[in-house]
Amino acid sequence: MSTIVDARGLSCPQPVLMTLEEIKKTGKGEIEILVDTDTSKENVSRAAQSRKWQVQEILEQGEGYRIRIKSD
Amino acid sequence: MGSFRDFFSTTWGIIGVGAFIGLLASLLQKWGNPGNMGICVACFERDISGAIGLHRAAVVQYMRPEIIGFVLGSLLAAYAFKEFRPRVGSAPIVRFVLGAFAMIGALVFLGCPWRALLRLAGGDGNAILGLAGLAFGIWIGTLFFKGGYNLGRTEKTYTSVGWLLPLLMIGFLILRVIFPPVEGESQSGVLFYSLKGPGAMHAPLYVSLVIGLVIGFVAQRSRFCTMGALRDLILFRQTHLFLGFLTLAVVAFVTNLVLGQFHPGFAGQPVAHTMHVWNFGGMVLAGLAFALAGGCPGRQLFLAGEGDGDAAVFVLGMIVGAAFAHNFGLASSPNGVGPHGIAAVIIGLVVCLFIGFTMRRKSA
Repeated sequence: MSTIVDARGLSCPQPVLMTLEEIKKTGKGEIEILVDTDTSKENVSRAAQSRKWQVQEILEQGEGYRIRIKSD
Repeated sequence: MGSFRDFFSTTWGIIGVGAFIGLLASLLQKWGNPGNMGICVACFERDISGAIGLHRAAVVQYMRPEIIGFVLGSLLAAYAFKEFRPRVGSAPIVRFVLGAFAMIGALVFLGCPWRALLRLAGGDGNAILGLAGLAFGIWIGTLFFKGGYNLGRTEKTYTSVGWLLPLLMIGFLILRVIFPPVEGESQSGVLFYSLKGPGAMHAPLYVSLVIGLVIGFVAQRSRFCTMGALRDLILFRQTHLFLGFLTLAVVAFVTNLVLGQFHPGFAGQPVAHTMHVWNFGGMVLAGLAFALAGGCPGRQLFLAGEGDGDAAVFVLGMIVGAAFAHNFGLASSPNGVGPHGIAAVIIGLVVCLFIGFTMRRKSA
């Protein structure tokens, strides 16, 4: 079961801040991040990769995206 | 279209957009815009504020087509790539106030972050103080972010809400076409025009408009943001946006060298003063306000174009802030700061600190 970070409706830099915070807390495993703009989708993916997490999947969901990231 | 879409989010994408803006800004100066002011979002919104008579500073009144183009170019890009998302509701009144004080801070320095880079690229040493102040103001902003500062979530809204600022810009464009500048006249229909000073210096309408549209389009795609460039560097050690920021300055510098527009020095620079403390202080205020509002003035225009109603309120705050800046003697001139500029910077910083300290979410 992965943790879910809901960053929908939040503007820069909140989605990235929340993602990095969760990455720090989780250490390794899986995190799902919900965002509602393409900018946030790109920023969150970029931030995850910069911390050596892999972007597993980006699904369109409702008015935004569900991003699944993973680290072993 | 997929690879074209992806290109702009890559490192080369943001570098390309920075280079493109730097090149066109320098060329706009050659084609008629004021010195080291090929594009200045703050100055140009201030000129628009003058053109519609919100302030009556005779030397800075012109309906700048670049600003109109930025919003409409972004709107086109957002529709072309299905990214137009009408949204509002993240503390609009706070964004209005931040916009107004960001403008006041920028007008004490005499330029937004874009122009700070262009001034540096033109050899204006005073820009170093402005950029240092900008970075310092953004650094203060990052402390608030770390402390939980947050203006809350937006909500999806009617499409027409997202269209209001673009429609206002179309209205401005129609006014500019119906009431064009008339030789020797300071007024044409309802619009005011400068007969001398920076407001009287401008590239032809279609040149400014087309360049504005194209920059608006590519900037929406790449998320180009001068405040975000420094913020991400300070907060996350991420260089993505910073590369675009840097490239803008380098390409503008090289273009200026080629065009003979590079004149190094501190004194006698175009539309600039040499009061170092207030070049720094003005931009501390602007940088902090941009950081708390989540985008530089250019980025706010691009966000407004893709349907962000809160960014639109920030833009309106800047236009009204410019009116206060000139009506109250807050804006600087080449002679130095305005009679009440220093007081305004201090009040602005106090207001920003109030916003930063009180609008934070307790972490669960």
